Amino acid sequence: MSINIIGAGLAGLSAALTLAEQNIPCNLVSYAQSERSQSVMAEGGINAALDTSGEQDTVEEHYADTLKGGVYLADENAVWGLCSHAPEIVTKLDRLGVPFSHNDRGIVQRYFGGQKKKRTAYVKASTGKMLVTALIDEVRKYEVKGLITRYPRHRFVQLVLDDGTCKGVRIADRFTGEPTVLPGSVIIACGGMAGLFDGMTTGSTHNTSDAVATLFSQGVELSNLEFVQYHPTTIGISGKRLLISEAARGEGGRLFVRRNGEPWYFMEEKYPELKNLMPRDVVSAEMVAVTARDDCETQVYLDMTGIDKKVWKSRLSDLGDQCIHYIAVDPIKEPIPVSPGIHYFMGGIRVDEKHRTNIDDLFAAGECACQYHGANRLGGNSLLGAIYGGRVAAQSAMEKAGDEHIKAEVPYQTKTDHYEVSPALAERISAVLYRSLPIMRNEADMAAAQQELNAMLTPDLNEAEKRRLYLALAMVRSAINRKESRGAHKRTDYPERDDTNYRKQSVVSFKDGQIILTLSDIPERRTK
Amino acid sequence: MNYTIDILRQENRVAQPYRQTVHFATDDAEMTVATLLKTLNATPDLTDTDGKAVSEIEWECSCLQKKCGACAMRINKKPQLACDTKLGEFKDGKISLEPLKKFPVIADLIVDRSVMFENLKNIGLWLEKEARHTKKGEDVAYEASRCLQCGCCLEVCPNFIPGEDFYSAASFVPSGRVLSELPKKDKADILNSYVDKIYKGCGKSLSCRDICPAQIDIEHLLVNNNAVAVWKRFLK
Ligand SMILES: Cc1cc2nc3c(=O)[nH]c(=O)nc-3n(C[C@H](O)[C@H](O)[C@H](O)COP(=O)(O)OP(=O)(O)OC[C@H]3O[C@@H](n4cnc5c(N)ncnc54)[C@H](O)[C@@H]3O)c2cc1C
Ligand code: SF4
Ligand code: SF4
Ligand code: FES
Repeated sequence: MSINIIGAGLAGLSAALTLAEQNIPCNLVSYAQSERSQSVMAEGGINAALDTSGEQDTVEEHYADTLKGGVYLADENAVWGLCSHAPEIVTKLDRLGVPFSHNDRGIVQRYFGGQKKKRTAYVKASTGKMLVTALIDEVRKYEVKGLITRYPRHRFVQLVLDDGTCKGVRIADRFTGEPTVLPGSVIIACGGMAGLFDGMTTGSTHNTSDAVATLFSQGVELSNLEFVQYHPTTIGISGKRLLISEAARGEGGRLFVRRNGEPWYFMEEKYPELKNLMPRDVVSAEMVAVTARDDCETQVYLDMTGIDKKVWKSRLSDLGDQCIHYIAVDPIKEPIPVSPGIHYFMGGIRVDEKHRTNIDDLFAAGECACQYHGANRLGGNSLLGAIYGGRVAAQSAMEKAGDEHIKAEVPYQTKTDHYEVSPALAERISAVLYRSLPIMRNEADMAAAQQELNAMLTPDLNEAEKRRLYLALAMVRSAINRKESRGAHKRTDYPERDDTNYRKQSVVSFKDGQIILTLSDIPERRTK
Repeated sequence: MNYTIDILRQENRVAQPYRQTVHFATDDAEMTVATLLKTLNATPDLTDTDGKAVSEIEWECSCLQKKCGACAMRINKKPQLACDTKLGEFKDGKISLEPLKKFPVIADLIVDRSVMFENLKNIGLWLEKEARHTKKGEDVAYEASRCLQCGCCLEVCPNFIPGEDFYSAASFVPSGRVLSELPKKDKADILNSYVDKIYKGCGKSLSCRDICPAQIDIEHLLVNNNAVAVWKRFLK
C-alpha cells in the first residue's frame, strides 16, 4: 500500500500525519522544504468555535458565517464537517505545541472578517509559521520512524493514469532532473495558483500553478476558477503584494478615504454591524467604489493608531515591524496606504466532500482544491480548510488503499522532457488575466482577454506554456460563463445575484484539446 | 543609478565556477536583490560586460518577504536574504552575489542545505509527549519557531562544519520550542543530543545572532536552552 502526497504545506503535512498516525506509510513530495511553503506566510489566524471569550460562540454560527461569507456556493455537508471538527483541530495544534496565548478559559481568540464572535486563534501575526513549525516537527518524528518519506526538492511531473484511474505519480528531482515514479494513490496539495498572476499576489512564487495546469490537461476537472479573492489591505512592495493581515482590523484598525479633504470611515457608515470586518469581497468592492467617487481621493488608508499599546506589543508586534520595514511607516503613529490585491483562489481542483476528484484514487486538499469557501473565503478558514481537508483526503485515500489494483505495477515509466513557462510569457498571461479579472468585471474585457489568450497559443510554445494558457483560458471562460455577481465574482454588466441560474458550481474540463464548461448543482444538505 | 553586479556562477554541481559581471540601471532604491535577479532573468538577450550572453541565473525564492529562508546567499560577502536586501544599500553601485559557501553548490546561487534538515532529525527534534504551555514557555516557543532554516548563521559560525558533530544555531534555535514545552522527564533524548551536538561545540561568540535575518533573539534562546538542557540537569 502506498500513498503519495504532492505538496508539503499545511494540507500536505496534515495528510501525511493523518496517515502516519494510522501506521500507513506515505511519500511527501514537495518543490521545496515545508519551511518554504506559502503556509508559513499566513498571518492572522485559524478559526474554530472554541468559545473562550464568553460570547457563546457555536459551531452552528461558524457554519452559518462560512456559508454566508461564501454567498451560499459551498457544499453545506463539507462546511459542516469543517466547522464541527475545527475545535478539535485547534486543540490538537495546541497540544502539538503551537504557542497560542491562553487565558483561564483556554486559547485566546480575536475578531476576524465576516464573523461576529471572537473565533480566530492566533499567534501574533505569524500564525502560519507557528502551525507549520509544529507540524514539521511532528512529521519529523515519523520520518525517522520510516513512515513518512520526504522528496523535498521534487517537482510534480504528471499522473500515471490507466483507464481513468490514478496509478501513481511521476516526479523529478528539481536539482538533478532525475525522474522517479511513485506507484499508489495520490493526494494533490500543491497550493493556490499564484503563478497565474505572477508578481501580483501576496503568495509564494513556488505556487506556479503548473501542477494544476498539468492535471487539467490530464483530464482532472476544476471548478469555480472565476472566484479569485482580492484582499482589501495589501501594499505593493518590490516584486509582490505585501499583505496587511485582517488581524489589523480584527484588533481595531479602521479604513478611511479622504472625502472633500476629511477622513470618511466609509465601512463603518455603510455597515454599522460588522463595519471594517465585512467579508473581503464586500470590503474590496467598497474600496473600488469610494475611490471612484469625484469627492474622494484615490487612496484608502488603514488607521491603526487607535489600537492599544498593549495589544500592539502582545498581538501585533510583528505586523508593526513589517510596516516599518517595508514601507517606512510606523502604523502605531500614522495610517498606512492600502489597496486590494490578489490573495486567494477559492476555485481549483474539483473535489467532493471526501476530497475525491473525478479520477479514481486521486484526491486533492488545501488551497489547490475547490472546497469550503464558496464564492468568497472568510479569513482564518483557509488554514483550517488546509489542515482539515488534508486529513479528510488522507482518510479517503486510506479507505481505498487496500485495493489490489493500487499495488499493481505502474504500467509505464517513460522519461519526458522538462519545460518551464518562459518569464516573458508568464508576464504576458498575468497581465491579460489581471486586466480582465479585476474586482469589478465585464463581458467585453473578458471576451477580449479570451481572444488574446487564444492568439498566444502558437505552435512554437512548449508544453508547459500551452498548459498555462489553457488554465488561464479556463479561468477567463468560467468568469464569462457566470452571468451574475456573487462573492469575489462581481460584474458591472450583471450586478445582481441570480440563484435560479447560478447557485451552481462552475465545472471546467479539458477533452481532445477543448475546454468544456458546465454548471453543476451543489449537493443538498443531509439532515444532521 | 548604475549598478555593477558581479555574480559567481556555476552551471552544475561539478562544473568550474566562474565570474560574470552585468550592468543594471534603475532609480528604484527600494528594489531588492530578489527583484533584480528576477528582472535580469526576464531581460531578453542579456549580455555581460564583455558582450557575452548571460544564461538564466539560477537562484531560489518563495515568499519574497523574509519569511521562508529560500533566498539566502552571500551579498557583498555577507550572508543575507536577497528579498530583504535593497539596492539603495549599495551606495557605490557595486554588488557581488555568491552562493552560501558552506554548502555544496547545485547551480549558481542555489546550494544544497539538506544537511540542516538531517541535523534536526539527528537531534530528535520533536515532542514525545503533549506540549505543556506556560507563559514563559510560550514566548520562548514563539521565538524558537520563527527560525527560517536559511543557514545564514551557519555561514558565519566559526565552529560549524557541515557533516561534523557540532550543529550550531540552526539546530539550537528551533530546539528551544521542544525544550520549553516538554516536562523534564519527557525530554531525555533531546537533552542528550543537545549536550552532544550543540552545547559542547559552541564557543558562544554569537556571530550567529548578529547575522540572523529573522533577528531571532539567539542569545536569549541559547542561555535558556543551556539552562534547561545542561545546568538544571547537572545541578539538580
Ligand atoms: C500572506 C498570506 C497570509 C495568509 N493568512 C492567512 C490567515 O491568517 N488565515 C488563513 O486561514 N489563511 C491565510 N492565508 C491562506 C493560507 O495560508 C493558505 O491558503 C494555506 O496555507 C494553503 O496551504 P496549502 O497546504 O494548501 O498550500 P501551500 O502552503 O501553498 O503549499 C503548497 C505546497 O505544494 C508544493 N508545490 C507547489 N507546486 C508544486 C509542484 N509543481 N511540484 C511539487 N510541489 C509543488 C509547494 O512546494 C508547497 O510545499 C494567507 C495566505 C497568504 C499568502
Ligand atoms: S554562538 Fe558562535 S559558536 Fe555558537 S552557534 Fe553561534 S556563531 Fe556558532
Ligand atoms: S537562526 Fe536565524 S540565521 Fe539561523 S537558520 Fe534560523 S533564521 Fe536563519
Ligand atoms: S524569498 Fe522567502 S526569505 Fe527571501
